[in-house]
Amino acid sequence: MKKKPIALLILDIVSLVLLGIAAYLALSYAPMEATMGNVQRVFYFHVANAWVGMLGFLAAGVAGIAYLKTAKPKWDIVEVAAVEISLVFFFIAIVLGSIWARPVWNTWWTWEPRLTTAAITEMIYLAYFMLRGGIEDPNRRARFSAVYTLVGAVSVPITFMAIRFFRTIHPVVIGSESAQAQGGFNMSPDMKVAFFFALFTFTVIFADLFWHRIRLGNLQNKVEELKLKVME
Amino acid sequence: MAEKTSLLDKIGSYLKAIFAIAWKDLAAELRSRELLSAMLVFALLVILIFNFALKLDAKTRIAATSGILWVTFTFAGTLGLNRSMAVEKDRGCLDGLLLAPVDRSSIYFGKVLSNIFFMFIVEAIVLPVYSVLYNINLFNSGLLLVIFLGSVGYIAIGTLLAAMAVQTRTRDVMLPILLFPVVIPVVVAAVEASSGFLQGLALSEVSYWINLLFVYDLVFIAIAFMVFDYVVEE
Repeated sequence: MKKKPIALLILDIVSLVLLGIAAYLALSYAPMEATMGNVQRVFYFHVANAWVGMLGFLAAGVAGIAYLKTAKPKWDIVEVAAVEISLVFFFIAIVLGSIWARPVWNTWWTWEPRLTTAAITEMIYLAYFMLRGGIEDPNRRARFSAVYTLVGAVSVPITFMAIRFFRTIHPVVIGSESAQAQGGFNMSPDMKVAFFFALFTFTVIFADLFWHRIRLGNLQNKVEELKLKVME
Repeated sequence: MAEKTSLLDKIGSYLKAIFAIAWKDLAAELRSRELLSAMLVFALLVILIFNFALKLDAKTRIAATSGILWVTFTFAGTLGLNRSMAVEKDRGCLDGLLLAPVDRSSIYFGKVLSNIFFMFIVEAIVLPVYSVLYNINLFNSGLLLVIFLGSVGYIAIGTLLAAMAVQTRTRDVMLPILLFPVVIPVVVAAVEASSGFLQGLALSEVSYWINLLFVYDLVFIAIAFMVFDYVVEE
């Protein structure tokens, strides 16, 4: 088994350290927001997690197209890693968003465009894994996954536009669409530091987890190959 | 002496292949009528259930009508797509089609054509029945346009995903799971536009939805056309 590269080990340590600093900045360094109070601090990690979710989404789309064009298995591994990470981080972002929404909008959930689109994206990811689970042949599994990734990736922006216009006509009763109610606020310089540092930290965490997951995928493939060899 | 096929000839044979595949499905269906009867009975039952599930007085009926219609069409459509593709797989027709000297994408368009035709037949029967049962006039040209665009989009992406779903272990269950999240723009736009037309809104007010349906149809027909090869190759 290949040893973990030193670079990955360093990335692990760096990610942990950055996470610690980001937590300090978000929870302590950044000033308390005037209207919402301390619950607003959730925002720093909430946006950062959603950002990582987006990165994973884009990576999955690119990997899907790459697999269809080249048929190289490595793109399938990259695609699965990207979808998994995006699934988890979007979920965390939704949960953090709910925690923020409860005191601010007096509801855990609202059918507002971004939230609704995030929920639909999660459903697409779940469908993706169900599809993969139902196919034995690795070649076909990779091809179908890539096709569905492409279909899903294209449908999400269209879905967002549809729901946004839908909400313009039928505004949500609880928690209006105005920026103020959406938790819009002006960021002071200290807040900006915490915000951008969190974004940076989570980008590094994304890279770290992505690398780990791709390694895991490669190892899984190796195990499959060895299994087939033994069975012959 | 090589035969030079002109572009017109190529287009001609491509279209012939599409119509041949669509005609095969229609002819088979004419004899057995199993697909249409299943879709139709299911659609009527769904409408019946809605009658008890939603207490609709005269006013809310109009508001709820477009939603009920599209839920009915969506579910009946899933049934049709599943059966249509399963039949190909089970009887080995798909393998035969793949061996034929036609471009793979013509198989896609042929299936889309026959699936749309079946969906239109179901819709053509459901609309008058619904009109009579709920005393609402559904013969509105705007509504018909929306039903056309919505069905085309639904079937375009549905045929592609059905071709994938039928090759998995959990066949019939897989199609709705794959299809529904990605077909949401069609449902939202179709329901809103249908609602608008039934309430007598002018075209300009529902134009956003019509445009969205149009764009969705074009985009997904294009995507399905490009990737269908990957879905059916062995």
